Amino acid sequence: MEAVYAQYAWLVPLFPLVAFLVLLAIGRTANRSGPVIGVIATLASFVMALLVLFEQTAEGGMAYVWNDLEWIRAGDFVLAMGFEVNPLNALMLAIVSFVSLLVNLYSIGYMKDDPRISVFFSYIALFTFSMLALVISENIVQLYIFWELVGVCSFLLIGFWYTKPEAKAAAKKAFIVTRIGDVGLFIGILLLVWNMPGHAIDFTNISNAFASGDISGGLATLIAILIFIGAVGKSGQFPLHTWLPDAMEGPTPISALIHAATMVAAGVYLVARTYPVFEASETAMQAVAIVGAFTAIFAALIALTQTDIKRVLAYSTVSQLGYMMLALGIGAYAAGIFHLFTHAFFKALLFLAAGSVIHVLHEQNIFKMGGLMGKMKITAWTFVIGALALSGIIPFAGFWSKDAILAEAYASHPVLFWLALFTAFLTAFYMARLFFLVFTGKPRGESTDAGHVHESPLVMTLPMIILAICSIGAGFFNIPGSDRLAAWLTGETPEHHASVLVMVLSNVFALAGILLGWMMYGKQSIPQDWLSSRVTWLYRLSYRKFYIDEIYDYLIVRPLRVFGYFLHLFDEFIVDGIVRLIANITLAIGRAGTRLQNGQLQTYGLVSMLGFVILAVAFVGWRFVINAG
Amino acid sequence: MNVVASYLILAAILFCIGLYGALTKRHAIIVLLSVELMLNAVNLNLVAFSRWGIVPNLTGQIFSLFNMTIAAAEVGVGIAILIAYYRSRGSSNVRDMNSLKR
Repeated sequence: MEAVYAQYAWLVPLFPLVAFLVLLAIGRTANRSGPVIGVIATLASFVMALLVLFEQTAEGGMAYVWNDLEWIRAGDFVLAMGFEVNPLNALMLAIVSFVSLLVNLYSIGYMKDDPRISVFFSYIALFTFSMLALVISENIVQLYIFWELVGVCSFLLIGFWYTKPEAKAAAKKAFIVTRIGDVGLFIGILLLVWNMPGHAIDFTNISNAFASGDISGGLATLIAILIFIGAVGKSGQFPLHTWLPDAMEGPTPISALIHAATMVAAGVYLVARTYPVFEASETAMQAVAIVGAFTAIFAALIALTQTDIKRVLAYSTVSQLGYMMLALGIGAYAAGIFHLFTHAFFKALLFLAAGSVIHVLHEQNIFKMGGLMGKMKITAWTFVIGALALSGIIPFAGFWSKDAILAEAYASHPVLFWLALFTAFLTAFYMARLFFLVFTGKPRGESTDAGHVHESPLVMTLPMIILAICSIGAGFFNIPGSDRLAAWLTGETPEHHASVLVMVLSNVFALAGILLGWMMYGKQSIPQDWLSSRVTWLYRLSYRKFYIDEIYDYLIVRPLRVFGYFLHLFDEFIVDGIVRLIANITLAIGRAGTRLQNGQLQTYGLVSMLGFVILAVAFVGWRFVINAG
Repeated sequence: MNVVASYLILAAILFCIGLYGALTKRHAIIVLLSVELMLNAVNLNLVAFSRWGIVPNLTGQIFSLFNMTIAAAEVGVGIAILIAYYRSRGSSNVRDMNSLKR
């Protein structure tokens, strides 16, 4: 059966690109109509993406590849540009365009009073284009191009309010830290180009080469680790996670779009796309799983004590991405992608709800909030749904996906299973803490006076409601016991381990976390500093993010600064010195020449005398030269 | 070495002394003096060739008389210019006479 819509999959990234160019051109003159253009473009993208997705779900899916645009030809190395549509891609297309559409809609309300709103929408359109194009990339070099482009968009959007020095610093930090990961990815790509038979680096060939064992052993491990380093940077895994919490300096809609649902998922997507490379190396899979599990619990521990509402959610994102990496590392490919799918919905929802609170209160410290439940019902209830989904309570979406991961871990890696289970407890706890501090209790800050608080406008609450519905319903795509998703994604039916025990355990741990959170922050029957006053060093470790930023500052940033200072000295004195030397020589020659034109007759007479002598010697000596020769 | 050579060498020496003075001396009158010396060296050359040259001729000596006349006239004019310059600028130092560079 011919794929009809898949042939037009290139339209999906095209609409946002056109929107970007249009918004770039019309700029500030159309602050009213600019956002509408953005929404229409993403709506068109989403409709097209849905068509492509539904086509892929039929009859076992039809992969479609188009790579006729030859870009580079160097000897026997040919690099083509094109696009590919397969079940994984189509799913990602739908997720990205859907969340982008909702965020565009939301931003109409959130950024209403910003004078640069058209610029904001143009950046979002550029980001949507890059992310969609990344997802349907046909070969790994093309993916790398759009990988960098999403990094640039993230930089632009984090530093959107560039008059704030924290925003500028956060944007630079995000770009530089992800760049460190990108170096690893690039070296991996180079190794692939060298070692792949025929230098072919499109994903189909990569999958075949690694699956059939053409490239194996140490080389496969090296390539897999390098690709994983790229994913670590982009998806905020330890140790390159430091940029994600600081990225919260950007406007909340883009925290929802980029740093919750889509861009940070690009790392997970990369690992999934090059999965045969990882499957060829046992070491690499272990590395991915361990890094993922460690990041999950590490970030959850930090999220326990943070006071900024967005930072708690940022660390939560890092932690959930750790879950996804853990899933991919232990071989639960479908579970990892499923968690990516559900996480996009409930994390974006949580961020949009947080944005709604921030928009109304102009405050981000949760200890200055409280009692918002009364006046902001829609925000509060959608937040509850998102928090329950994140905590993994049945029957919300997060439960099904997290349970799939936990079930696989229980069957193969018990240590990681218990780590992940404990992290689920922590997740439920800090989300309960967040909810009770923000929405219940007595109003604590100045901006929470009764007259000030109101519900956000429809254009902001509608996306939240839609995402809440998705957070409830998205889980039913892949109930354990039915391996529809796995079969659809990978084209083969893997063995899966459904376990009632795991389901019960995960719910028990999550409910325990919520109960503890309620007792400490809701009913306040346990004092909030029960643990922190007894073990202050533990509290401080968590609050100061395990001092990772400080460690990096002393180990890396300062030595680099010193090195840069010496390079600066070298540049100023040696390089500039040489340039100045040349200039001075020219000047000296000029000055010497000036002495010949001093207006004194005697000097002119001397010069003509010398010239005459030379002429005379030449004429007279000419004869001797002729005679001698 | 023949007789002519001695006269020519003497003339050359005198000419070079005059040239050196004309190019290096500070005071304008000394420069004019040196120019005179150069002219007289030329006279010596002319007379020597008129007596011992390839075609001995009285023309050389007559020409040298002309030369002396011109030298005298030139000195007169030169001193007059120098006095006029000295009256207007107040200096007879040739190093200060550099308006040519503008």
